[in-house]
Amino acid sequence: MHRIVILGGGTGGTLTANRLRKAYRQDEASVTVVDQDDTHLYQPGLLFVPFGLARPDDITRPRGRQLHDGIEYRATGVDRVETERREVVLEDGSTLGYDALVVATGSVLAPEETDGLTGPGWMERVFTFYTLDGAVGLEQALQRFDGGRLVVNVVDMPIKCPVAPLEFCFLADWYLRERGIRDAVDLTYVTPLDAAFTMPIAAQRLGGMLADRHITLVTEFNTGAVDGAGGRLISYDDREIGFDLAVVVPAHNGAPCIARSPGLGDELGFVPTDQHTLQSSVAPEIFAVGDAASLPISKAGSVTHFEGEVLVENVQRFLAGEPLDASYDGHANCFIETGFHKAMLIDFNYDVEPLPGHFPGPVGLPLMQETHLNHLGKLMFQWLYWHTLLPGRDIPGVHSSMPMSGKRQPSETREGAAL
Amino acid sequence: MTVDTIAGIPVDVNEEGFLTDASEWNEDIAVDLARREGIDPLTDRHWEVLRFMRAEYEAKGTGPTVRILGKTSGVPVKELYQLFPKGPAKLAAKIAGIPKPRGCI
Repeated sequence: MHRIVILGGGTGGTLTANRLRKAYRQDEASVTVVDQDDTHLYQPGLLFVPFGLARPDDITRPRGRQLHDGIEYRATGVDRVETERREVVLEDGSTLGYDALVVATGSVLAPEETDGLTGPGWMERVFTFYTLDGAVGLEQALQRFDGGRLVVNVVDMPIKCPVAPLEFCFLADWYLRERGIRDAVDLTYVTPLDAAFTMPIAAQRLGGMLADRHITLVTEFNTGAVDGAGGRLISYDDREIGFDLAVVVPAHNGAPCIARSPGLGDELGFVPTDQHTLQSSVAPEIFAVGDAASLPISKAGSVTHFEGEVLVENVQRFLAGEPLDASYDGHANCFIETGFHKAMLIDFNYDVEPLPGHFPGPVGLPLMQETHLNHLGKLMFQWLYWHTLLPGRDIPGVHSSMPMSGKRQPSETREGAAL
Repeated sequence: MTVDTIAGIPVDVNEEGFLTDASEWNEDIAVDLARREGIDPLTDRHWEVLRFMRAEYEAKGTGPTVRILGKTSGVPVKELYQLFPKGPAKLAAKIAGIPKPRGCI
């Protein structure tokens, strides 16, 4: 009987476990999921909490309950993986042997890596919305905020959901307008990138959306220190940006248990992984999915979802001694909430940057356009997450690989000038 | 893609001036590229970073980000900014003749 162990009961771990459980009879394989706590957080919901548009209860559920019958759930921390011995050492010192290991331990925030970030002012005038506590604290701080300098800062890449800080800016602009105090606020987006976003067409579009909303864009700012008491971000090259309220996305690392596992993680604790098969380069029986994998694509739930199908296929092929399927193309798909009950959809992969058109085909949701329909899509996605994506069901019409039909190439875009 | 003459040698570069073929690089090209960016001369400490960037690129297919450079190159982040002002990972990659680090996605 094959022993499959999955580290992490978040998006990737849960959907992988449920799909693998369906793929094997009970007497063919055991599926064990290990996680240190029993709270599954719908991470895309964090964005809405500071604006009073979601409550913590709305976006959390028990992890164990998202797993199908026949999956063993171990609610304990992982000390490390002994890759040579093919064993996971749990926090209590007991061990779990495996024939295939799926690392789905996500990423963790590392605010302590930025001088002063967790010092004076942290959770008072310096917040992050990337944790539930931070998002709740920020909601209260925003309610008290009646004007001044609001700064949104990304410390370093990679981060989870790279569009989320931009969405925060758009929602803040909307929220402050609704409260009638937008004119009293200087809203600034501060990024280490050389534009509002990475890929050129999307960067131009999103940069334009910031400008339209009078949100100042500061680029190539690498935050070296945060002075919460003095209200200043200080870059490594000694530039300063003053703030009254700062929303900071801290640097991210892989999970500490990966860093504690000899040879498993890279410098940041992410698992070096083949970008098409999702097999790690550490050992053939180790696979990685989602944020835990070191791949040249966004750390996003949609990426994890699309990887899941290829990963599950490859775990089975590996255990059967067959060649792996190298078909994951880096497909990512993000609803960018833009305020005023609208959202914009982008769809891309390793090779194709976000393009205008429609998704998943010529008749579908508009791409790169702010529409009410996309906002409804974003809201509906939360239901799909719990009821379709996590249980390992397919979303009709949406496939692992990125669709090209419905998209317009840049040359056509220029001719059509419809961007 | 265009051809630029760097240190008297024609090399292929992209729209941002990064070499498109890392094997076309040599030390004279680095010196010329650095001069264009206002870094003159290249000190031993600069070379330490450039050689590290090239080794990382050869091993991993992508250059390191600033944070990884700070953790692994032996040169602290603050000093990296003094050596390669504004964007050390990007600028050092350019001078080292490797593509812009793709860590930022």
